[in-house]
Amino acid sequence: MTQEFKLLPQAASEVASSVDHITLYLTVVSVFFTALISLLVIVFATRYRRRHADQRAEQIEGSLPLEIFWTVIPLAIALFSFAWGARVFFRMNSTPEGSLPISVTGKQWMWKVQHPEGRREINDLHVPVGVPVELTMISEDVIHSFYVPALRTKRDVLPGRYSKLAFVANKVGVYDIFCAEYCGTKHSKMIGKLHVLEDSQYQAWLSGAGSGPAPREDGAQLFAALRCDTCHSGQDNSRGPSLAGLFGADVPLADGQVVKADLDYLRESILKPAVKIVAGYQPLMPTYAGQVNEEQIGQLIAYMRTLGAPDPASTETTR
Amino acid sequence: MSSSSPPLAGVPPRAVPAGPPGPTGKPAIKDNYLNADYGWKSWLFTVDHKRIAILYLLSVTFFFFVGGAFAVLMRLELATPEGDLVQAETYNKLFTMHGVMMVFFFLLPSVPAVLGNFLVPLMIGAKDLAFPRLNLLSWYIYTIGGLFSLFAVVSGGVDTGWTFYAPYSSTYSNTHVIATALGVFISGFSSILTGLNFLVTIHKMRAPGMTWFRLPLFIWAHYATSIIMLLGTPVIAITIVLLALERLFQIGFFDAKLGGDPVLFQHLFWFYSHPAVYIMILPAMGVISEIIAAFSKKRIFGYSFVAFSSLAIAILGFLVWGHHMFVSGQSVYAGLIFSFLSMVVAVPSAVKTFNWTATLFKGSIQLDTPMLYALGFLGLFTIGGLTGLYLATLAVDVHVHDTYFVVAHFHYVMVGGVVMAYLGGLHYWWPKMFGRMYPEFLARIAAVVVFVGFNLTFFPQFLVGYQGMPRRYHEYVEEFQVLNVLSSAGASILGLGYLLPMIYLTWSLYYGRKVGPNPWGAKGLEWEQAGSPPTTFNFERTPLVTEEAYAYPDARPQITARAGHGGRHE
Repeated sequence: MTQEFKLLPQAASEVASSVDHITLYLTVVSVFFTALISLLVIVFATRYRRRHADQRAEQIEGSLPLEIFWTVIPLAIALFSFAWGARVFFRMNSTPEGSLPISVTGKQWMWKVQHPEGRREINDLHVPVGVPVELTMISEDVIHSFYVPALRTKRDVLPGRYSKLAFVANKVGVYDIFCAEYCGTKHSKMIGKLHVLEDSQYQAWLSGAGSGPAPREDGAQLFAALRCDTCHSGQDNSRGPSLAGLFGADVPLADGQVVKADLDYLRESILKPAVKIVAGYQPLMPTYAGQVNEEQIGQLIAYMRTLGAPDPASTETTR
Repeated sequence: MSSSSPPLAGVPPRAVPAGPPGPTGKPAIKDNYLNADYGWKSWLFTVDHKRIAILYLLSVTFFFFVGGAFAVLMRLELATPEGDLVQAETYNKLFTMHGVMMVFFFLLPSVPAVLGNFLVPLMIGAKDLAFPRLNLLSWYIYTIGGLFSLFAVVSGGVDTGWTFYAPYSSTYSNTHVIATALGVFISGFSSILTGLNFLVTIHKMRAPGMTWFRLPLFIWAHYATSIIMLLGTPVIAITIVLLALERLFQIGFFDAKLGGDPVLFQHLFWFYSHPAVYIMILPAMGVISEIIAAFSKKRIFGYSFVAFSSLAIAILGFLVWGHHMFVSGQSVYAGLIFSFLSMVVAVPSAVKTFNWTATLFKGSIQLDTPMLYALGFLGLFTIGGLTGLYLATLAVDVHVHDTYFVVAHFHYVMVGGVVMAYLGGLHYWWPKMFGRMYPEFLARIAAVVVFVGFNLTFFPQFLVGYQGMPRRYHEYVEEFQVLNVLSSAGASILGLGYLLPMIYLTWSLYYGRKVGPNPWGAKGLEWEQAGSPPTTFNFERTPLVTEEAYAYPDARPQITARAGHGGRHE
């Protein structure tokens, strides 16, 4: 018990402060109503205590105005909280232009992180202060949940589907990362640290030990090694559709549907290519399930996103 | 079969006072349901709703203390940040079995299956439930389900959490998921059958004159609960079947690797499990209405609002399951709607709380043990309900979801609410059930110990949750220790508070003061027209109901009719 006792956890983002404000509002409401009910109970139980055995109560049927009063007031208080909470929630879920994309892979029982320029880390996440960050997260096994109390935010990390967590840390420091969704035996060991650094320190850190090729470079190698390029050559007569400029575009399918080529679509097309066949092509592609892991899929997608896009920075916004 | 005569349940007690409907051709020396017959067969083959209630009482008490023992070990482990008492695997099994035992085998059946079983026929003036044999079957199904799950504990345990989230439960856990889930699946049928039995009984077997708006609020609460039992429980059964198919035969429903969707499991699970919260709390609310009326000698303020708020909760309760999934990858717009509806469902609970408080005004209040529990319920349920607003608020939930804040919130509702009401109800109807009074002084002390212990256990969990401590953590970071030590200390007081009633209630069965039919001077058919304990068929003659519920005498002698302030509901 060496730590100093604090009521509120540290707040390292604007959103965190907004959440605390709503909490403060709800706490004022809660204290008021708990005190009100307790006080009334105590006063009534004392004031109207039965003093002799045949003491009668004054029978009161009810009161429509009172019922309306105590239906409308709590509803109004609750709906105010709803509206406020929704506003902040939508802010949490929006990703500003030019966010720093970082990929996170959860597995029993660790967090694997890769930065866009290639540096990797495990159970640590280094980010620059004041810069919007977008984590693209996926799980290799069960459901996890990426939780940073100091940012007042968390997001479940699912197997088979990408989920995103956006934040802007505004205070340099080191903060806890917890896995919040129970994920098995060492769930409580699936913890780490968020390091919020000055931008210059972050740049220095990026080029430090542990840096390797960027995911898109790994992806390019994989793309060649897995012979993806034989069909997706980008030539007019190739057996597979061209991938140039694909990311974010609308893709017409053989069954007449049109889907958006987002992360989940690309991932599914690598693992289950027969599910969505592009119009004008035959279902020839074999599955790559079992040949690539989640991180490699992420690298392949990172590479695909560079195809036909002269400026990589402009393709980062997906919304 | 036992020697007790066949139930007369099929005969609707509509025929206004005929002769004594009791067991014909039986000697009259057997003056109540407890001494009507002896021997284990007379209990295990009984079709008397009161005896079945006693069977449930024994079973739920057993499961309560089993579940409680797991909680004790958890709190001991959490007294220090390190995982030093038990291993992580063991800890995970402890919280899972604590949740499974408490939710499925204590909280769900506690009030409806014990108090509801005993009281629904008595309160509406019926001889028994509509389907007495089905009622006995429900108990067997429940007990077999419980033993199945208990078997899973004895044979090694299960570590998925009581929520059984896939794909951890379907693919990754190496523990006895199937046995446990099968126990839950089986006991679900008990819930369905009990709900069906109550619905039919309340519809068809009310005594002459017992109109819908003369029903005690306990009956309204059980009516609303029964609707949820009947409509909700099949969904958890289906979910468990799908889970079992995936685990046993690798048929992909939830595991992404098999082509399933893990979020689908959560939708199905909470579609039942959120309404199930109301299966637990609604009957408890019914108990509170009865106790507050009896110990204030007063009609419940806004009777019809309290009655209809039960139905409103039952219906709205089916539309809020998505608030468990604000961070799970559900669409933000779905989150928006579920947040809105969750705010709306809070209102009927608030209405009830205000009406109960208003009932105390100008009452004739006696602070006996049941009333202490009821007033304790008011305070704790208020906190439990208000902290629900934090969780229904999208942005705040993102922070506190899956932390101890949630744990504290639902314990305030489930333990501070349901268990307080259950204990209050047990004390209130104890003399009715067994014809003997519990020791009042000791019982009041126990009620205070429970209240203090409860708050010390669970209030710190709100704080540690907001600080960010995730639930289901075997080890935790050091700064959370102070609050965890407080919580563990509270748990030891709470445990003592629960042991006390267990001891003195058992003692009172043999040595308690014998009481007459109506020791509290309360209104209601169970007090005014049935003995303590009641006879096997409850009433000497079918009661004729001529007044509204809680028709206590008025302090103002001039005003006799109670239509004065607004008989809107007639």
